[in-house]
Amino acid sequence: MITAERKPIQEIINFVSPYKNLLLVGCNECVTVCSAGGRKEVALLSSALQVASMKAGRIIHIQEMTLERQCDPEYVEQLVPYIDQADAVLSLACGCGVQEIARRFKDKMVFPGVNTKFMGASERPGVWAERCQGCGDCLLGVTGGICPIARCSKRLQNGPCGGSSKGKCEISPDVDCVWQLIWDRLKALGLEERYEAILPAKDWRSGRGGGPRKIVREDLM
Amino acid sequence: MKDFEPVIVAFCCHYCAYTAADMAGSLRLSYPPNVKIIRVPCSGKVDVIHLMQAIERGADGVYVAGCLEGDCHFKSGNAKAARRVAYVKRLLKDIGIEPERIEMIMMSAGMGERFAAVAEAFTDKIRRLGPNPVKLMGASKTRDPHNVSPANKESAAL
Amino acid sequence: MKTESVLERMFKAGHLAVTSECGPPRGALPDKVREKAEMLRGYVDAVNVTDNQTAMVRMSSLTACILIRQMGLHPILQMVTRDRNRLALQSDLLGAYAFDINTMLCLSGDHPHFGDHPMAANVYDLDSIQLIQTVRTMRDQGKFQGGDEIANPPKMFIGAAANPFADPFELRVRRLAKKADAGADFIQTQCIYNLDKFEKWMEGVCKRRLHENLFIMAGITPLKSAGMARYMQKKVPGMDVPDALVQRLAALPKDKQAEEGITIAVETIERLKTVEGVHGFHIMAIEWEQRVPEIVRRAGLYPRPTV
Repeated sequence: MITAERKPIQEIINFVSPYKNLLLVGCNECVTVCSAGGRKEVALLSSALQVASMKAGRIIHIQEMTLERQCDPEYVEQLVPYIDQADAVLSLACGCGVQEIARRFKDKMVFPGVNTKFMGASERPGVWAERCQGCGDCLLGVTGGICPIARCSKRLQNGPCGGSSKGKCEISPDVDCVWQLIWDRLKALGLEERYEAILPAKDWRSGRGGGPRKIVREDLM
Repeated sequence: MKDFEPVIVAFCCHYCAYTAADMAGSLRLSYPPNVKIIRVPCSGKVDVIHLMQAIERGADGVYVAGCLEGDCHFKSGNAKAARRVAYVKRLLKDIGIEPERIEMIMMSAGMGERFAAVAEAFTDKIRRLGPNPVKLMGASKTRDPHNVSPANKESAAL
Repeated sequence: MKTESVLERMFKAGHLAVTSECGPPRGALPDKVREKAEMLRGYVDAVNVTDNQTAMVRMSSLTACILIRQMGLHPILQMVTRDRNRLALQSDLLGAYAFDINTMLCLSGDHPHFGDHPMAANVYDLDSIQLIQTVRTMRDQGKFQGGDEIANPPKMFIGAAANPFADPFELRVRRLAKKADAGADFIQTQCIYNLDKFEKWMEGVCKRRLHENLFIMAGITPLKSAGMARYMQKKVPGMDVPDALVQRLAALPKDKQAEEGITIAVETIERLKTVEGVHGFHIMAIEWEQRVPEIVRRAGLYPRPTV
């Protein structure tokens, strides 16, 4: 999923303090799964903003809404009955959702309530880790199902570097050396020989390096 | 602050803290009437939203009373509650509310005296701290959840 | 000969080559470069110039190499892939060759986390092995990595680094094989303190006959004190300093430890001379360059043969 973390509360308060009527919108998908911007987090943030406003002697009226997702226009459309009563929108969706709301409601100020982080998976309850960088040309088939672009600090495709120590990356003992993981997996699969095949210089055009990307499916248009 | 009598909400778990409260009662130990007890099946049932909204609606102090470490009837509900209390303390600090207004307390079912002592001490602490700053504006009536899908309706109960 | 590199000539003539290192200054101070390099004249065959070492901004490796070449010495251009994409790397190689620099070393580079700009966007367009491939393509096929022809392609003698002490150990010979396959001509290893482990690695290297076409230079760094030894043991990833070595230094009073460190370095060189596959020594005496001539002399590597 796309992971995110709520922005520092003071930053959010600074965004919304000029406004009296706020529409606080959560998202039922990725940010719900990582407990950053779902229904529960909307209620919690709303309560916290109320407390902060009351303490400052300000009145703020907050409408709360959690959409199925914010990255599809059909769902963003469901905000129409509520948008006029709001001076500003605070969205807890990932950057994609925030932008869709801004696109649909051109004359409304939209603020992000979370910092979108990375595409990742759940390691255990409460812990999510980066797994994919969206390079656009997936090489998981040759690295035993473990991605060095996302998980090597230096995105080496022919790692490990000389800083790998006891299975950990040189930058921190909390970060696994992904090339240790890849090697262990290749061994478990009996594919040690594959390690010596050199992965040539990557064509980054399939990734962000080639400019902002689009997928167009004519069969679905 | 003359005549300020704090409103304290105490979420008490059925198996330990609530039983201790009962015992305090049968031992004729008095504790401040400021403390409003809410019985929950386990302290782990208490969610961060309950703590936050208690403050939002004007409680001056809130505590969650659960079983002693390792003794939770539901294994680790008390540990979860403690982490949630810590989370809300941090959030309160970030919005300028004293984190001491919220605490996690642990006790066993037989600790009638402890229950009364904690109630007394916490009320005292909050009395000295002063009223909840939100009382400047009156408790919030301005939350407005709009629920789109049937699955969302339960949040109205919050 | 693939190139005009003095290092290539030294190896192919069957001599043990000697190189050392010059870290450029953290300011626009060309004289600092010249001073350090001058101390090494006559004692080494070529001088490595580091590239923003430990991810701290320093005068660029290429410009320091030019200064050194202009002194009549032979620099080795170190290039990390952390800071520059493939355009900039190839561009610098053209510039280097234009100044008669013909020996270089490919590295990934320490992560910016360690340096003075941890907030920088690290590049890593290529990794060290892909850079080796690129430099070899430029030399042997006269083409840029993108495929176009190069007018007067740079003929570089290509080096790479190897760390027999990093984990996982079982991969370290295989990784060397990859670098050889990519086109590396010579190797400089991480500094060696654990001689048993190094010899074990060399056994693996020779078993695969990698030493026949790859000239391996053993890395040597003299320890200044027991404190330095302990620091390297505990705080530097990929470094293997045996306890016995730390104790050997710690047993001496502080003012005698530096001398012992030099003696240990010389002993290490003497022992490594006997190891099959070792073709030379790369002496990294960081901020202690003035002791390099003494180490070279005491290790019986002076005067340097002419090739």
